[in-house]
Amino acid sequence: MATVADDRAVGALVPSPFRVGERRQDTADTWTLTLEPLGDGFAVVPGQFVMVYMFGVGEVPISVSGPPESRGEPVVLTVRAVGAVTTAICNSEPGAIVGLRGPFGNSWPVESASGGDVLVVAGGIGLAPLRPVVLHALAHRSEYGAASVLYGARTPQDLLYTDELRRWGDELAVEVTVDAADTAWLGRVGVVPKLVAQAEFRPDSVRAFVCGPEVMIHYTVEALRERGVPDERIFLSLERDMRCGVGLCGHCQLGPTLICRDGPVYTQAQVAQLMEVREL
Amino acid sequence: MRKELDEILEGVAFFAGMGEEEIALIAGCGRNVRFGAGETIFRQGDAADVFYVVRQGSVAVGHFAPPRGELVIETIEVGELLGWSWLFPPYRSHFDARALTTVRATQFDGACLRGKCEDDPALGYDLMSRFAQVLIERLQWTRLRLLDVYGDGR
Ligand SMILES: Cc1cc2nc3c(=O)[nH]c(=O)nc-3n(C[C@H](O)[C@H](O)[C@H](O)COP(=O)(O)OP(=O)(O)OC[C@H]3O[C@@H](n4cnc5c(N)ncnc54)[C@H](O)[C@@H]3O)c2cc1C
Repeated sequence: MATVADDRAVGALVPSPFRVGERRQDTADTWTLTLEPLGDGFAVVPGQFVMVYMFGVGEVPISVSGPPESRGEPVVLTVRAVGAVTTAICNSEPGAIVGLRGPFGNSWPVESASGGDVLVVAGGIGLAPLRPVVLHALAHRSEYGAASVLYGARTPQDLLYTDELRRWGDELAVEVTVDAADTAWLGRVGVVPKLVAQAEFRPDSVRAFVCGPEVMIHYTVEALRERGVPDERIFLSLERDMRCGVGLCGHCQLGPTLICRDGPVYTQAQVAQLMEVREL
Repeated sequence: MRKELDEILEGVAFFAGMGEEEIALIAGCGRNVRFGAGETIFRQGDAADVFYVVRQGSVAVGHFAPPRGELVIETIEVGELLGWSWLFPPYRSHFDARALTTVRATQFDGACLRGKCEDDPALGYDLMSRFAQVLIERLQWTRLRLLDVYGDGR
């Protein structure tokens, strides 16, 4: 007789079929897909990821950018085509079947952040794993103090969720910057960590959620520390290479921790020393 | 007016911790200015006699590079400093600066300030240290962009 535990074990190791519903092109190389479960599906909490299996190509970890709150609802993923598997995901037409395992990993502690200020700092595709945090903050706006989203991308053409960013700005302080632009862009040009210095938050109550390229994370953490935010309240999502998703293969090992099992969300206090070890 | 300017400067991070007397001295070389959206503040090659503290709006610092046209290198936002070519010979702007929105700023007469710094080396040292910090920060952020961190997604 199948038990709940068995169910979970099967979900962890055997992909379940999902059908591609909507597919939207966000930028030249990034697409957002809505995947509808053919079976029971699963609920996902902000920060978790799934392993996406493209039949005949391979399997990769992708964060859930639009989490289903209960089983049966669709899973939304935002994927940047960088290699074979991610390109296959981005190319899949509505109606195509893909396999999902998961959900895996821990979560952004959105609930424990309530009552204080919240700061989301994202770079590039790093906004995708943080979108659920923003959606949560919007849905529970009155539970937070100051709430800001700082987002950086390479050029204006590389910005994700441009329509949503405008809407988020009605209720949250949204600051967007790009590394390079021509004169058609009337927004900021500069790096995202620089925005931290002027963002509105109280360092003694804020929880900062950071995701992006590791170099950007490094300088964002420095800027947060300079504002007096303690390492225990700086949360990072680490997206190192990963294979099994269930803590068996060791591919995503970072010192004593396996990112797929213990992460991907860590506090800066947990990983500060590990991030400085060049061999890891 | 002078009093108002002192108060404005006290709220600007660049002047944080400066004594009242120093602020009053510097304010003596300043005046408030306004630029409409799209207006040129200075152009590369112009004589650089002044610098600005932006109090409202945003300024694009760029370079005109035919045939690509104007490239925006960075934007200068509220509370930040614009212009440092007045510090050293040949006192000419290296880049263009254009108001992206309506900009209100305090403009400082660099020649007047240089004179005051020469007369009062303590003021000069303090001011140069503050400028050095701004320059180092800008250099660090520029180096970060040189890494092109979004290039391969990592
Ligand atoms: C927990 C987690 C969550 C992730 N969430 C997302 C997401 O929401 N959206 C998304 O587009 N990607 C996400 N990624 C990255 C994604 O898994 C990789 O881009 C993917 O594995 C690349 O596989 P590929 O076969 O397409 O390319 P490969 O042929 O394996 O690699 C092509 C290029 O991509 C680079 N690459 C490989 N892995 C990564 C990685 N982890 N991060 C950045 N670059 C990588 C390689 O160095 C190489 O240059 C996440 C990764 C992790 C670990």
